[in-house]
Amino acid sequence: MNTENVSNAKTQKLTSHKNGDGIVGIKSAKWLSLPYAVWMIGFIIIPLIVIVYYGLTTVDNRFTLDNISAISSPINLKALLMALEQSLISTIICLLLAYPLAMILSKSRMRSSSFIVMIIILPMWMNFLLRTIAWQNLLERSGIINTVLKFFGLPPMNIINTPKAIILGMVYNFLPFMVLPIYNVLIKIDKDIIDAARDLGANSVQTFLKIILPLSLPGVISGITMVFVPALTTFVISNILGGSKIVLIGNVIEQQFRMGNWHVGSGLSLVLMIFILISMAILSKYDKEGEGSGLW
Amino acid sequence: MVKKFFERFYVALILIFLYAPIAILIILSFNGSKSRAKWGGFTLKWYRELFKNESIMNALYTTLIIAVLSALIATIIGTAAAIAINSMKKTPRTIMIAITNIPMLNADIVTGISLMLLFVALRYTLGFSSVLISHITFNIPYVILSVLPKLKQLNPHTYEAALDLGASPAYAFFKVILPDIFPGVLTGFFLSFTMSLDDFVITHFTKGPEIHTLSTKIYTEVRKGIKPEIYALSTLMFITVLLLLIIINRKNAEKKAPVSRV
Amino acid sequence: MGIHTTKLLRGGSTMTDNKLINLVNITKSYGDNVVLDDLNLYIRENEFVTLLGPSGCGKTTTLRIIGGFETPDKGQVIFEGKDITKTAPNERQVNTVFQKYALFNHLTVAENIAFGLKIKKKSKEYIKDKIKYALKLVNLDGFENRMPDSLSGGQQQRIAIARAIVNEPKVLLLDEPLGALDLKLRQDMQYELIRLKNELGITFVYVTHDQEEALTMSDTIVVMNQGYIQQIGTPEDIYNEPKNAFVADFIGDSNIISSIMVEDKLVNILGANFPCVDTGFGHNKPVDVVIRPEDVNLVKPEEGIIKGVVTSLLFKGVHYEMEVNANGYDWLVHSTSLFPVGTEVGIQVDPFNIQIMNKPESEDEEAVELEI
Repeated sequence: MNTENVSNAKTQKLTSHKNGDGIVGIKSAKWLSLPYAVWMIGFIIIPLIVIVYYGLTTVDNRFTLDNISAISSPINLKALLMALEQSLISTIICLLLAYPLAMILSKSRMRSSSFIVMIIILPMWMNFLLRTIAWQNLLERSGIINTVLKFFGLPPMNIINTPKAIILGMVYNFLPFMVLPIYNVLIKIDKDIIDAARDLGANSVQTFLKIILPLSLPGVISGITMVFVPALTTFVISNILGGSKIVLIGNVIEQQFRMGNWHVGSGLSLVLMIFILISMAILSKYDKEGEGSGLW
Repeated sequence: MVKKFFERFYVALILIFLYAPIAILIILSFNGSKSRAKWGGFTLKWYRELFKNESIMNALYTTLIIAVLSALIATIIGTAAAIAINSMKKTPRTIMIAITNIPMLNADIVTGISLMLLFVALRYTLGFSSVLISHITFNIPYVILSVLPKLKQLNPHTYEAALDLGASPAYAFFKVILPDIFPGVLTGFFLSFTMSLDDFVITHFTKGPEIHTLSTKIYTEVRKGIKPEIYALSTLMFITVLLLLIIINRKNAEKKAPVSRV
Repeated sequence: MGIHTTKLLRGGSTMTDNKLINLVNITKSYGDNVVLDDLNLYIRENEFVTLLGPSGCGKTTTLRIIGGFETPDKGQVIFEGKDITKTAPNERQVNTVFQKYALFNHLTVAENIAFGLKIKKKSKEYIKDKIKYALKLVNLDGFENRMPDSLSGGQQQRIAIARAIVNEPKVLLLDEPLGALDLKLRQDMQYELIRLKNELGITFVYVTHDQEEALTMSDTIVVMNQGYIQQIGTPEDIYNEPKNAFVADFIGDSNIISSIMVEDKLVNILGANFPCVDTGFGHNKPVDVVIRPEDVNLVKPEEGIIKGVVTSLLFKGVHYEMEVNANGYDWLVHSTSLFPVGTEVGIQVDPFNIQIMNKPESEDEEAVELEI
């Protein structure tokens, strides 16, 4: 059991393997999947159907599209657009920060890099809420950073409760999810290939652009998936670091449910799901082989 | 070399970025004053208060029980499912894997809401069991994800060899296959345990008014102002995780270093 | 260290005396492990040089130092008179064919081959022609748009070769390129490589642990062990006149017997005096004697210099392989005649076929012991 494997698993999705002999001769093996099949249908598929049902009906169980069109109300639309904007920015920042880090880590020798990877992974294992609250401490008007700035006579910074704070929170929480998939793909690149490119005349920049970057793309796609979707749908980060001022689509949906407006909430969720599906579709175009960046 | 210096500098910056908040939490856990920015002397009283605080301890207890139970059940169901999936033909296998991917690709909030609506529609009271069921649901895919690669690597002929030597299928399974895939099973369990511990959103929607897990308890505290006992708790959690990781990595390093006999 | 002795040229070879590459006092260590210790070697233009030796002997490291992927701790790499020790690999006029092909899997065959040319900013026309020429050269016409992972091992290997030679390097470095291919394919590829070398007139530096390969293809073989050069010579030299037990044992099957040099042209093997042709090894000095299995003549017991009994018999297709126990040693014998197990035979060896060698002076000169 390897901690790297465990943490990497958080950043993967399953692939369908091409040669599937399986365990030869276990005829009854198929039936082992029965409990899971039942569970899946009961707790994955049916709930999705339920959410679709609630999204398309009113309280009196009549069909309606009002719940979905609720997205077009000014508040909701603003929430959706802000969420899109902030999650896109966060994803890009994560990518820009993570890629160089993954490259540096993949170059170092085996023993020390496993230690460094462990250090990068460690914050991931702290409770997600606590990590975000810690940033709240740092960023508050009377928080740590401002206290230090005051000590040096510098003007206080006013990031808390602004979009910048939320983006900071998103990047902080999701950075490891971007680093690991890219790192996993980079270390799998056969060193001979790099040597071959150099042998054929490519300098470092050319080797990077023509060989390393294209080969690392599956990891980049995986990382983007792992960051963009959670960032888009979060409500915790915007609650803690945005106060009640910043309302993202996640907050809107959560509020609806808290107030008992399940139908409207479901409708908005359906809209959100459509966005997720669209981004998945776009991303899978670049991921031709259909493989994630598994470590195993 | 200049390049190396910049590389080290960059890694150091990232590490400071990642650990600064955690360091703050740890420091504050020893802070004598309740204020977040003023230092009021070193104290251990928040640690003492932590263990006296019933609601936090209850939440911790609930969290651990759910994590262990859901991980256990998910591991059993998931391992069985992985074995089944591995022996399926291409089409049913692709379908099963696609559906397994759904909870992992879906946003937390959608999974949480859909499960909550299910329980509501069935008029099932939200409470401990609904949280447990939800946790099992999102844990199973991680178990399958951990066990399936191990099955792929398995030599199919070892099972046949066992049968050839007279073992019954069940005996062959427990004595030959299971030990081989055990690392994957263990990883799946550990992973499920971790995901369950850390979950907030899904628990938030499916827990009902009565129970609390650590995450949901902490969330309620955010509005009121964080009790320093929470800082003590987070420090303890951090140290626990750190120790665990060090121990596991040490064990792995021992395993990897071959014992030379010749 | 070894000196080039005879200049027996392979059929069609155009090797000159011009020293293209000169490795001077090369030392390389990894941590505590000294891989190359004060190595000196020169390679001539149009030569097919094979670095031959067991795993870990330093042959691949030597190749990589020539290619620029490793820098020696001490010593220099001289190319056409210029010191290129510190030059980066992408600036050297050498190209490498890697052991596991190292093809760019995300590019087509044509893009792989064109890679080096695009970097040199050749025109589209030029590149197109070159790709066609290269594919034809390796007998893979029409494969331009295939992806590397859709090709067989042999095809991938040929693409790797095409990709390297299309850049018209002065020297082609090959790192055990045929290791992953099956026997028949490997033999075919060996002939292909010789043909390529003669057609292109490039210097080949080839690394392998397969002595048969080395014997087949090379103009010159450099036998290495534990970072030292054991012997340099033509394949015939190395095979017929190995300098020490290591070389004798590594190349071909052999009988290596501890003996005593009685005087010039007479050696005492296992208690019997055998006339031989070597001189200069002293009087009554301990030496090692090498006799190839195919040079052991089995005759009637009374006609042999020593007598023995056949203890094993295997049919190998080209010959019978037998073990004959005579005077306490198990002689390995290759013969086209069949002698059943248990037959009493006499052993006779032509004086010309007895090779005398000095006893090993260090570990690297000893024959390698295999543990089964």
